[in-house]
Amino acid sequence: MSVHAALRGNAQTLFERIENFFDASFGGADNPLRHLGALGLYFLWILVATGLYLYTVLDTSIEGVYSSIGYLSQQQWYLGGILRSLHRYASDAFVLVMMLHLVREWAYGRYYGFRLYSWVTGVPLIWLAYISGIGGYWIVWDRLAQFSAIATTELLDWLPFFNEPTARNFLAPDSISDRFFTVLVFIHIGVPLMLILGLWAHVNRISRVDYLPSRRLMLGILASFLALAVIKPALSGAPANLALVPADLPLDWFILFIHPLTDITSPAAVWTLIFGATILLFALPFLPHPKAQPIALVDAANCNGCSRCHADCPYEAITMAVHPDKPGHKIALVDRDLCASCGICAGSCPSSTPFRSQEKLMTGIDMPQQPVDAMRQQLETELGRLRMQPAGTTQLVVFGCDKGADVRGLASANTAAISLLCTGMLPPSFIEYALRSGVDGIMVTGCREGGCDFRLGMQWTQERLAHQREPHLRSLVPQDRLRLVFASRNENKQLAAAANEFRTQLETRMVTSSKPPAYSRRTLHHA
Amino acid sequence: MPKPAAIVGQIILYGAFAAFIGYFATAPTYKQIPDDAALIKLSMSHLGGRECRQRTAEELAKMPPNMRAPLDCPRGRSDIKLQLELDGKPMFETVMHPTGLSKDGVSTVYKRFEIKAGTYQLAVKMNDNLVNPGFNYVKEAQVTLKPAQVLVIDFNPDKGGLFFQ
Repeated sequence: MSVHAALRGNAQTLFERIENFFDASFGGADNPLRHLGALGLYFLWILVATGLYLYTVLDTSIEGVYSSIGYLSQQQWYLGGILRSLHRYASDAFVLVMMLHLVREWAYGRYYGFRLYSWVTGVPLIWLAYISGIGGYWIVWDRLAQFSAIATTELLDWLPFFNEPTARNFLAPDSISDRFFTVLVFIHIGVPLMLILGLWAHVNRISRVDYLPSRRLMLGILASFLALAVIKPALSGAPANLALVPADLPLDWFILFIHPLTDITSPAAVWTLIFGATILLFALPFLPHPKAQPIALVDAANCNGCSRCHADCPYEAITMAVHPDKPGHKIALVDRDLCASCGICAGSCPSSTPFRSQEKLMTGIDMPQQPVDAMRQQLETELGRLRMQPAGTTQLVVFGCDKGADVRGLASANTAAISLLCTGMLPPSFIEYALRSGVDGIMVTGCREGGCDFRLGMQWTQERLAHQREPHLRSLVPQDRLRLVFASRNENKQLAAAANEFRTQLETRMVTSSKPPAYSRRTLHHA
Repeated sequence: MPKPAAIVGQIILYGAFAAFIGYFATAPTYKQIPDDAALIKLSMSHLGGRECRQRTAEELAKMPPNMRAPLDCPRGRSDIKLQLELDGKPMFETVMHPTGLSKDGVSTVYKRFEIKAGTYQLAVKMNDNLVNPGFNYVKEAQVTLKPAQVLVIDFNPDKGGLFFQ
C-alpha cells in the first residue's frame, strides 16, 4: 500500500468515526458532515440574499463606503447589521465546508474514474471562492481592508504580469479614487456569479443533486448564525488610513490567512504553495488508483424500456432510446464515462427476479462482475447449505454492501451472507425468494443514512422495502422478518450485534408473523 | 421526533460550530509590525533615460522630408540605479531594469523596510541614465517616524524628482 493510500485510508476512517459520532445527535439525513456540498450551497444562498441587501445600501465613494456599511452595524443593527453579520459568517462557513468537502471526497477516494469531471470542475471553485472572499473584505475599507488590499497586491506583484507594481495603488491616502470601489463591487458580484456558474458545472453530471440540506439542518444553522450575529456582530475597524500601518488586526483566519502566511514566508513560497496545491489537485485523479470496475451492460432482449434504471441511476449514466428490436419500446443506454459500476440499475430492473424460470437468469441491465444470475446462484447455494441444518435452527440471510460493514464476517452454519456492489443492487424479490425458501429472517445492511458511497443506494433500498419505490417488496413479506441495518465500513461489531439481536427476536417469538408461503421450485436450476 | 439527548447534542454541536466560526472570524488578532516600528516604502515607476544622437545634415537630407527628426533615439531605456542610506549607512541598493520586450517600458521598484520609530537621516540617490556616472537625483532629509507611520519614497519629475511622503 502506498503512502498516499495509507494516508487516505486513515483520513477516511477518521471521517467515518466523526460522522458516526454526529449521527448520534443529527441522524443521517441531518448530519452536516454527510451533506457538506449541500451546506456549501446553502451558505452561498445566504451570501447572495444578504449581499443583495448590502449592495442596495452601499455608497461606493471613498468616504461613503465606510460610513454606509458602518451605518448598518450601528444605526440599523436589527436588520442591516444582522444581515452584514450573516454575510460575514456565511462566507467563513462556506470556505470551511468547501475545504472539508474537498478533504472528505479525497478521503473517500471520490476523485477519479466517473468522478473525475466533478473533481476537476471543483478545483477552480476554490480560487473563485477565495478571490470573492478576499475582495469582499476590501469593500468595507477599514484598517483590515487596507491591510488585505496592500498585502494582496504585494503578493500579486511577485507574479510577472504587471508592468507597474499594483501595490502602488495604495501608497498614500490620495492614491485611490471613488471608482476603485465601483470596480471592486462589480468584481465582488461578478466573481460569485462565475462561482455559481462553476457550481452548476460541478454538479452537472449527477442526478437528484442535494441543492440544499434538510430543512432541520438549515433552520438549526440559521438559528445559530442569528445568535452569533447578535452576540458578536460583524463590525468595521477604524477607517483605512494609508499613512499608517494597521495594528492588532481582527483577522479572518478562514479567508485572510494567506497574508500572515506571506509575511512569515515569502510571496514566492506562497505562490509555490498555491500553484503546487492546484496542480496536485488537478493531477490527483491521474495518480495510481484502484482499477475501474466494469460498467453496466444492457441486454436488449430483456430490456422492456420501463426506465426504472434511468430514474434510479445516481449519476445520470443511463438514458433511454428507441428500442432497436421492439417497436414502440425504449431501451436503456449506458454512458461509459458516467457509469459508477454500482449496480443500482440491476436492482431496479423488474427482470432481476430470481423467481424467473430461466436456467440462466438474464435481466435487462446487469453488472458483469456480479451478474444477477450469479447472485441467484450464490443465494441458491447458501439456501441449500442452510437447509442442511437441523430443524428448528433459526436461519438468517444477510445482504450487504462491499462499501459498508463487511457482512462476510457474519457467515456461519445458520447465517448466509451475500455482499453486493451496493445494497441498492438488491432486487426486493430476492428477499421474498429467500423467505419463501424457508429462511426465518432477512437482514439488509448498507452504509449509514446519507453516507452511501453511491449516494442513493440505501435510500432506494429503503423506499423499495417500504413499498414506496419500484420494484417494491411485495406485501406478502412480513416486515418483522426483515431488518434494515445501517453500518458503515468500520462498524462490523455493530453489525454483528444487530444480527444477534435480530436472531434473538426471531428465536424468542418476538416475531409474530408467519413466513410467507413456501415457493415450489419447478426447474432444475432452482437447486 | 429526535430524543432529548439528541436535541441537547445538536444544540451543543450547533453552538460549537457557531463559536468556532465566530472566534476565528476575528481572532487571534494579527500584528504585521511591532508596536514600536514604522515602515518605509520605497516605490517608484520611472522611465530610464536614453542616449540620443544628433543627426548630421547629410543624414537628414537622405531621409524622407516627413521623417527628418533631428535626434536619433534608441527604443530601449537605460537601467536605473538606486541607493538608499539610513544615517549614512547603506540600507538598500538596486538596479531597476526597464520593462517590456524591447526594454522600453518603465523601471519599477517596490520595497518595504521595517525600522524602529525614531529620527533618522534618510538619503536616496538615483541615476536614471547609466551612461552618465554618479547620481543625477539626490534627496536627503532628516525624518522622524512615529510608531506605525508609513513613509513613502517616490519619484515624480513634476514634484521635483525624488520626494518623501
